[in-house]
Amino acid sequence: MATRVIMPQLGESVVEGTVVSWLKKEGERVEKEEALVEITTDKVQTEIPSIASGVLLKILVGEGETVRAGTTLAWIGEPGEVIPEADTGMSQLHAVPAAAATSVAGTVPISEAARDLGFISPVVARLAKEHQIDLTQIKGTGEGGRITKKDVLAYLEQHKEVAVETPAWETRGGGELFRLPEAQPQTSPPQPSVALQGDILIPHSAMRLAIAEHMTRSKRTSPHVTTVMEADMSAVAAHREAHQAQFARDGVRLTYTAYFISAIVTALKAYPQVNSSWSDEGLVVHQAIHIGVAVSLGEEGLIVPVIKNADGLSLLGLARAIQDLAERARSHRLQPDEVKGGTFSITNHGTSGSLFATPIIPQPQCGILGVGAIKKRPVVIHDAIAIRPMVYLSFTFDHRILDGYSADGFLAKVVSVLENWTEVG
Amino acid sequence: MLSKETKLDMYWTMLLSRRLDERSWVLHRQGRIAFHISGIGQEAAQVGAAFALRRGYDWFLPYYRDIALMIALGYTPRDFALSMMGKAEDITSAGRQMPSHWSLRSANVPSQSATVATQTSHAAGIGLAIKLHGEDKVVLTCIGEGATSQGEWYEGVNWAAVHRLPVIFLVQNNQYAISERVERQMAVPGPAAKACGLGLDGREVDGTDVFQVYEVIAEAAEKARRGEGPSLIEAKLYRITPHSSDDDDRTYRSREEVEAYKKRDPLLIAQAILEKEGILTPKKLDEMEAKAKQIVDEAVEYAEKAAYPSVEDAATHVFVEEVSHA
Amino acid sequence: MPEMTLIEAIRQAMDEEMARDPEVFIVGEDVGKRGGVFRATMGLYDKYGEHRVIDSPLAELSIVGVGIGAALYGMRPICEIQFADYIFPAFNQIVGEAARMCYRSNGTWSVPLVIRAPYGGGISGGLYHSQSVEAFFAHVPGLKVVIPSNPYDAKGLLKSAIRDPNPVMFFEPKKGYRLIRGEVPEEEYLVPIGPAKISRFGRDVSIFAYGMMHYYALQAAELLAQEGIEAEVVDLRTLAPVDKTTILESVKRTGKALIVHEDNLTLGYGAEVAAIIAEHAFTDLDAPVRRLAGPDVPGVPFSPPLQEWFMPNPQKIADAARRLAQF
Repeated sequence: MATRVIMPQLGESVVEGTVVSWLKKEGERVEKEEALVEITTDKVQTEIPSIASGVLLKILVGEGETVRAGTTLAWIGEPGEVIPEADTGMSQLHAVPAAAATSVAGTVPISEAARDLGFISPVVARLAKEHQIDLTQIKGTGEGGRITKKDVLAYLEQHKEVAVETPAWETRGGGELFRLPEAQPQTSPPQPSVALQGDILIPHSAMRLAIAEHMTRSKRTSPHVTTVMEADMSAVAAHREAHQAQFARDGVRLTYTAYFISAIVTALKAYPQVNSSWSDEGLVVHQAIHIGVAVSLGEEGLIVPVIKNADGLSLLGLARAIQDLAERARSHRLQPDEVKGGTFSITNHGTSGSLFATPIIPQPQCGILGVGAIKKRPVVIHDAIAIRPMVYLSFTFDHRILDGYSADGFLAKVVSVLENWTEVG
Repeated sequence: MLSKETKLDMYWTMLLSRRLDERSWVLHRQGRIAFHISGIGQEAAQVGAAFALRRGYDWFLPYYRDIALMIALGYTPRDFALSMMGKAEDITSAGRQMPSHWSLRSANVPSQSATVATQTSHAAGIGLAIKLHGEDKVVLTCIGEGATSQGEWYEGVNWAAVHRLPVIFLVQNNQYAISERVERQMAVPGPAAKACGLGLDGREVDGTDVFQVYEVIAEAAEKARRGEGPSLIEAKLYRITPHSSDDDDRTYRSREEVEAYKKRDPLLIAQAILEKEGILTPKKLDEMEAKAKQIVDEAVEYAEKAAYPSVEDAATHVFVEEVSHA
Repeated sequence: MPEMTLIEAIRQAMDEEMARDPEVFIVGEDVGKRGGVFRATMGLYDKYGEHRVIDSPLAELSIVGVGIGAALYGMRPICEIQFADYIFPAFNQIVGEAARMCYRSNGTWSVPLVIRAPYGGGISGGLYHSQSVEAFFAHVPGLKVVIPSNPYDAKGLLKSAIRDPNPVMFFEPKKGYRLIRGEVPEEEYLVPIGPAKISRFGRDVSIFAYGMMHYYALQAAELLAQEGIEAEVVDLRTLAPVDKTTILESVKRTGKALIVHEDNLTLGYGAEVAAIIAEHAFTDLDAPVRRLAGPDVPGVPFSPPLQEWFMPNPQKIADAARRLAQF
């Protein structure tokens, strides 16, 4: 079995290298550790020792050529050994895959790439570029041995830390020593088991474990503070009453949640520091507004699908998105991307009767707005008593990022938008 | 009985339409508009019909020569000039359609196309809607004799006859469909003769006499309101001008024929009747001419200064957009 | 929840809308006393009378033309064309008049019209009772084109179509009239015109279909699941305006697209979907975009083996999807 010689990655940020000169000729014998070829990058010039003993069977990259790290430079083996080549079977498609392969493999000669890799589909080319993958490292299971999207995704799963075959010391270690402080897994001290007669052990579901891990970690990460304000929902109730039928004609149920999210979006635009994430280097203020909407799955648990770019949606668009995500959440048809990437969240704890709460922040967001039950209460307006549908809004925020002043400013803005809801919204 | 004022008004409407029409030809030959299609010689049939119905209440589906009909319904020379020049203020289509593709909501004139006779079944449909609502409105639809060869026309008239709908089918037989004479269109003497084959009344009327047309249409409207169904009225007249600004009629008819028919100009006929009745004096005529010229001058001037539609709006109104959220 | 056939759901939609809005009426051949040759309007003549369920002359052009006139007046006609094969005399009125009315009058006039027609083959109808015509109309700006594949959607979409202020072509897969059954809620509901529906999520290949072909695609997906291939099935439902978002979302997920329709292949609706995918999802594609469609012959032949040769079916769909999944 012939051995492949590849272009090494000579530095963390180095992605390609140039062959300066071959120190052995094709057909010449070379010993393991013996200098085989001289390579240069913009940082380093060095001789590369051979990784095997044998005859230099074939040189694929000539002197003066620049190729990406991981590209096959040559083959070493015993005379007569067959150099493995991927079966292409798609010869008529070479024009396309060659171009795609070139964009991935840098300046590897076109014919080389096609012969090695077979037909490279657009998505495979894109993924390879996005993740800096050397496609020659992937086994193809598609028709004719081509590399499929699945093959690439499987490869990525396996090689999460290392994008390219690099010497072991070039890559970041996985050991405790190399992990940054906040990423250290904090295992809680083992609980003493208290066994009482009649105890039933209910094994934890995957969702339960996930919720437990997330909630615990969140509380440990952010100092949680909750501030509560109340809002008069009569303007919103009137608007909803007037527009429900119209929305229903578009197949959309107009819920209060759409209004709350709309108010949150307006308030986030007024207080952009709330739409952020804490990092050691500084506060990352997100331009995009992606709102997570907590959906209860009853006894099973809860899940938080995300409405992406909520600021680009009208009230109808928000209502539609909420309805769609909630429906699919309950029927377990959400996609992985749909529960990621939120920049702020809302939870309707009031649907089960709760008045106000201290919700936990979904990391790495800055805050979450809890919406309590909307109840008619007597309130004082212009020194007279009136009955109004009121709601408590509980805003839990990360006190590393916000202080009471800005947190209350944000929450007051939400209240103000709701209480002054007009036709224009 | 028509009052003096009404008769004078009818004459004024024909005159204004004529002067506007004539000016349009001039504008075209001067290269200031792209296209014109004329109604000269057909004003009496159109104005007589319009006045016999309740304008703003009854429904009208005209055809492309119905300038005088539209003027009678409240469409103005300024509106027409704007449409000839394709300006944004064009009330029929904001410059999207060629001129003479009528549309006027206030006068119940739905938007017209150029594929002839499509308005015939629309007229039947509106007649059906009126009948289903139990209302006393009447529908007038105009067409040239050539277009009565279309299957569309037969189907529309058939519907109205079968369901006894309050529709008046006015065929303006000007004897030419572009270059083809009426004998090339039908094996019967004229469109009125088709009526009995379809099961409705057919009548001929002198289309150059505005007051005769008025009588006949008024009668047909009365009949429709009594629930006795549709009528087919053939107004016999003549197309003085070529088919349109792109046509050369010297290739298919003689100048002598045209000159002979010019003597039977509906304006001259009405003028003679009104002068005889003492309703129209030379002084009054001069006033009207001056006023007509002024209106047409102002219309053209306004339209030439008016803005074109913007391309940003060019893709709007493909669908009726529903307002979906506040 | 009550279960009913496709045709029953369609009838219910019309019945409910006629009860709700006095401007709604039905016009077509044999729709009155006969209740429609497919019984789509059965019982409605007795319930609403001859003035709201109108038997028209044998003249498709004017069924639509008269409908347009009534719609201009403010009514909401439902025009039935007995077989989609006979819609061509009305083509001028549909494409030249109904589709253009709003645009050419700059929004002054509109045509709130529904044109319903049974379409599609597989019922031994030969060349003149089996045609698919959706491609002609989906091509025209100003028309909406809707094709339901199940009773729930049929009722909800037809109600939406009747309430829509625009002209809507509503093509019903006639083979599925009594064949396709499903649950339909008793409460009032609408299905919006526009969004496609992912009726089955999958990872390995996306099958885009509508009408009878969607019904078959679901069956094909079941066959494939037994082989370990998870096909995603998307019911296009509204052909115009096209739901690009759902189509592209599905291709992003699977990387492989198969479009199925019984209409002839060349310039059928699948060509547009394929073009959309090629243009907007190029870098998500893991295989060529494929179409499975009726062959390019002028119509579905009558003789059983010939009809079988023409029509896509679950097995053919599964085969095509499998080849794509294995690419």
